[in-house]
Amino acid sequence: MTITLFVPCFVDLMFPNVAISMVRILERLGHKVECPGEIACCGQPAYNSGYWDEARTVAVKVLEHLEGSEAIVIGSGSCGAMLHVFYAELFAATAYERQAKALAKKCYEFSDFLVTKLGVTDLGARFPAKVTFHDGCHGLRELGAFKQPRQLLSNVKELELVEMGEQVCCGFGGTFAAKFPMISTAMGEVKCSLAQKTGAEYIVSNDSSCLMHIQGLLTRQGSRMKTIHLAEVLANG
Amino acid sequence: MKPAQQFKTQATVMTHDLHHRELIHTALSKYEAVRDQSKAAYQDWQAARQAAAEAKWEAVNHLDEYLVEFSNKLEARGTKVHWASTGLQAKEIILGIIREKKARSIVKSKAMTSEEIHLNEALAEEGFEVVESDLGEFIVQLRKEPPYHIVFPAMHLTRGEISELFARELGSAPTQSPEELTMIARRVLRQKYIRADIGFTGANFAVAETGMISITENEGNARLTAALPKVMISLLGIEKVVPRLEDLALLLPMLSTIGTGQPLTCYNSFYGGPRQPGEPDGPDEFHVVLLDNRRTELLADGEQRDALHCIRCGGCLNVCPIFRNVGGHTYHTTYSGPIGSVITPHLRGLQEWKHLSFASSLCGACTETCPVKINLHHHLLHNRRNAARQKPSMFEKVAFKLFAFVINRPSLYRSSKRAGRLLQIFHPLVKGTRFDPAYAWTKTRDLPPIARQTFKEYWRQRS
Repeated sequence: MTITLFVPCFVDLMFPNVAISMVRILERLGHKVECPGEIACCGQPAYNSGYWDEARTVAVKVLEHLEGSEAIVIGSGSCGAMLHVFYAELFAATAYERQAKALAKKCYEFSDFLVTKLGVTDLGARFPAKVTFHDGCHGLRELGAFKQPRQLLSNVKELELVEMGEQVCCGFGGTFAAKFPMISTAMGEVKCSLAQKTGAEYIVSNDSSCLMHIQGLLTRQGSRMKTIHLAEVLANG
Repeated sequence: MKPAQQFKTQATVMTHDLHHRELIHTALSKYEAVRDQSKAAYQDWQAARQAAAEAKWEAVNHLDEYLVEFSNKLEARGTKVHWASTGLQAKEIILGIIREKKARSIVKSKAMTSEEIHLNEALAEEGFEVVESDLGEFIVQLRKEPPYHIVFPAMHLTRGEISELFARELGSAPTQSPEELTMIARRVLRQKYIRADIGFTGANFAVAETGMISITENEGNARLTAALPKVMISLLGIEKVVPRLEDLALLLPMLSTIGTGQPLTCYNSFYGGPRQPGEPDGPDEFHVVLLDNRRTELLADGEQRDALHCIRCGGCLNVCPIFRNVGGHTYHTTYSGPIGSVITPHLRGLQEWKHLSFASSLCGACTETCPVKINLHHHLLHNRRNAARQKPSMFEKVAFKLFAFVINRPSLYRSSKRAGRLLQIFHPLVKGTRFDPAYAWTKTRDLPPIARQTFKEYWRQRS
């Protein structure tokens, strides 16, 4: 299968290794990976801020460039939800409505794609560490990726998964983190303390945007706990 | 101070209050445990949510018919039904009844609609004695503050604080025992019921089929409020109506499951009119005041009409990480938490209250828990869109236009990466200070640098 990798702007800029790991995994499974250079962002910052016209300007390009793709895989539940759920609403009652709905059907969050679409749960990875898993809210609630990442992690050799006591948001929320930094930080502190209680060395997630927030807080707190994307764990072998 | 500024100022204080964070967390952890136990009793919770949402959908989308049916049935048994378009009208109707009856004291059971129209203040101004009989409401009334939460009005207070309050206001001996504290309140309240001329209640549901209001409670205070005084007045929002009595077989247990974690609350009562011939108790007169107060504006909004499904269970507040960190009073609205952030802009003005829709990470925990399936976090996005469409911020408009312009031009995007790399060399000089353009982020968090080789650069090199 030819898989189109949608690389979100912040992954491209700050977490290139996440996308490189995804490419490695998908190629190792025998698929052809392509990555259109013309698209850089899904438009979510503008969409979430209420500027739907500007979001559409960006999203139309995405629709056009991904129209011929067989399957689109995204390493962030948040951008995945934008393409899978919110584009339909953004383009409702416009000339692009049909295209947006068609795109939604072939968009997959990375872990969901591996488990549900490809039926793969064991990638032969090895990661000797105690980890906990953070569910990005969009991946979890908009895309229903809960079991999938856990199934993948359960087959990673020498990895011990310890769940956090509660399922809560890390407080990132895109522009929310800058508009209401005090609330965002408080939420992040709650998240970090839940993760620290597990005694894990790593917080694994299928969303780099959450990890950027969590790692930002952990570094500032001087914590030794580290964050890592699921794809990087799975590519480790 | 403008509501947005007030919210931010208070949120800054509250998010640093670790005692508050711990207190609310402890209280809600206990709630979550019992809620999940009660939910587990349902064969299919998702199917129950769907059925509940459909019942409310039917009611809300045929409000014109069901409200008239409800009113007609009630009036047939001697109830006087009043229709109030605004909060002011509702207050005038209620004051009118009280004056006509030459009443002096009013005992109230819990009613958020009365908070919405600021009834207590209006009654106090006219010199009437008003006593809240719900224990939590009684406590916050003594503290002269609004309820902290729509279901748990005094959840922000410790036993010690309540004991001190009672000692100061009621002259009771200090105690840490919840039972003793309850008994202190009860001794005061029992006298009030007996003396009250008017019993005032809200309603959880209004059944069109039978012409009854339904009241859910745990303390029996609403029953006493309805049973003892000669005149009963109930104030309810027009969205409270449900088509059939049968609908409550589902809605009552769901309300308590999500509201308090109980399978069913201790008391569920129906009131269908004043005392009928041959009946041993009940009021001589029963007035029902139906309140619009801009609910019809929500009704007119096809996109967000489902916000009228709300049964005021408070479930979305309980799971909301924003609510849990800033607390109920920070909102300065009658309805706080996600549902408050969704409906307050409709009820009180979009531009003045839009900040509540932005104060969300859009995590969706609210939508997931809502027993009547209100699409809460998506409605926050709708409010944001409506606010920006109606009155865009010029700065943001230009910023997002520029963002779209750069993103859509790969060569410009590449150049901006290079510019970003150059600028970040100087970032350590200002990082975390007021001169930092990213101060809102870097004050409390580190920001990762732009990678030496971005993915797109890697990919171009590879292919």
